[in-house]
Amino acid sequence: MTATDINRTIDAVWRIESARIIAGLTRIVRDVGIAEELAQDALVAALEQWPQSGIPDNPGAWLMAAAKNRAIDLWRRNKRLELKHAELGRDLQAQQEMAVPDFEAALDDNIGDDLLRLVFISCHPVLTTEARVALTLRLLGGLTTDEIAHAFLATEPTIAQRIVRAKRTLADERVPFEVPQGAELVSRLSSVLEVIYLIFNEGYSATAGDDWMRPALCEDALRLGRILAELAPKEPEVHALVALMEIQASRAAARTGPSGEPVLLLDQNRAHWDQLLIRRGLVALERTEALGGARGPYALQAAIAACHARARAPQETDWPRIVGLYEELGRLMPSPIVDLNRAVAVAMASGPAAGLEIVDTLISEPSLKSYHLLPSVRGDFLFKLGRFDEARCEFERAASLTRNTRERDLLLDRAKACHHEAL
Amino acid sequence: MRFMMLVKHGEIQAPPPKEFLDAMAKLGEEAEKSGTMVASGGLSPIAKSARVRLSRGQVNAVDGPFAESKEVVGGFAIFDLKSKEEAIEGAKRFMELHRKYWPGWEGETEVRQVLGPQAFDPRAKA
Repeated sequence: MTATDINRTIDAVWRIESARIIAGLTRIVRDVGIAEELAQDALVAALEQWPQSGIPDNPGAWLMAAAKNRAIDLWRRNKRLELKHAELGRDLQAQQEMAVPDFEAALDDNIGDDLLRLVFISCHPVLTTEARVALTLRLLGGLTTDEIAHAFLATEPTIAQRIVRAKRTLADERVPFEVPQGAELVSRLSSVLEVIYLIFNEGYSATAGDDWMRPALCEDALRLGRILAELAPKEPEVHALVALMEIQASRAAARTGPSGEPVLLLDQNRAHWDQLLIRRGLVALERTEALGGARGPYALQAAIAACHARARAPQETDWPRIVGLYEELGRLMPSPIVDLNRAVAVAMASGPAAGLEIVDTLISEPSLKSYHLLPSVRGDFLFKLGRFDEARCEFERAASLTRNTRERDLLLDRAKACHHEAL
Repeated sequence: MRFMMLVKHGEIQAPPPKEFLDAMAKLGEEAEKSGTMVASGGLSPIAKSARVRLSRGQVNAVDGPFAESKEVVGGFAIFDLKSKEEAIEGAKRFMELHRKYWPGWEGETEVRQVLGPQAFDPRAKA
């Protein structure tokens, strides 16, 4: 095995094991920053030793043991310091005090609970959203600072700083390493789901840049979501978010054309949708419903995504049901974006005139003022109604608002088509 | 990246020990919890299988067992992972489990990347 091969194997082992190691250590040392440093030390030891000694038979256990030893050393050092400070020199008592707690048991018991605690602490509301995202990817996703920086088009020092500051904030605020209970659980869980979905969308929408890391964020988010669903199996919204992400991710291969141009949902080659992910998404949605959570915000969005996933061809889409789901979503969390999506569904169900009626009520909406999809959708309705001059203006306006060059070309093509139709 | 793991072994085997089945169940659970295993399954014995073969312009279906089968695919699992190394690491653990709990078992796990639809799209090659 070459040195590069060994390093890549170590990377892989780290990705598999790091979250569990950090979670177990955090329970012992009660400080996520120190826990991560200890885990990192173990990683450095592996990087130093494995190229000489070869990769151990059970590399995960090796890393865990190395980290554990470092935790014990640290614990002894602190204890010695405490004893010194208290001037407790008597041997017997000192020896009793020095007895190391049962780290073995602490690390092997309830590792799942520790992981869940780690999820909640990484997404804690004392942190900024950006910090939550970075810390979650770092501690739970096993991503390096460099990888996170790539994914978010930031510099490595910026992300490193963000993570250091986040860990310090958690220590300063004495945020407990625990799973919130009762009423707090609901709001804390929604913060966790928000962070995961934000990571997913960052990869999915890729509004700028074309780095290969960005689509990988979808995979990271999906993995985090699936892990969370196993850790908190009774929470319907967790399964709903997983369902939403599985179904959206199923379209990844169909979303762009051969030269990278975006392909809209109704124009996608459905044979390229990933049926394995669709099936997983539909199962997750069923679990949501079985838990009585079909009316939650992620559940409604997942149900809409499922309507598309179930349709083998665009014309089989159950548009009236989608309209109903958007209406419900709009009542639950009123948003002009949801209204715009509802308008599209209404147009598909009842014709472009009905859609236009809704879109016209959104024109004065300040938050949509520079949102290119509003004129784009309106242009589409006008085109279908044969009002080509008005449609052309809307497509041109939309083209001037988008930052994505490929989308701009697409919109300008549509504007041109209006011109031809009008002649 | 999606990987398919194909587990291959000799056809005539004693049924697996209980310890092995327990360990397998635990590993499966862990794989599920890690958010990486998207599908898996065990396959029926080759004696109950059939082969449909195209050869010299003729399509023929033949029922098992097959005299020439030395190693057969006994099961599969599909994982979504970051790298081939991660897949190999997972396969090693799976083989370690056999070594530990199923004395005498010999076989292999073949690690194959599953290609997406774009890999077969002639336009994508341009």
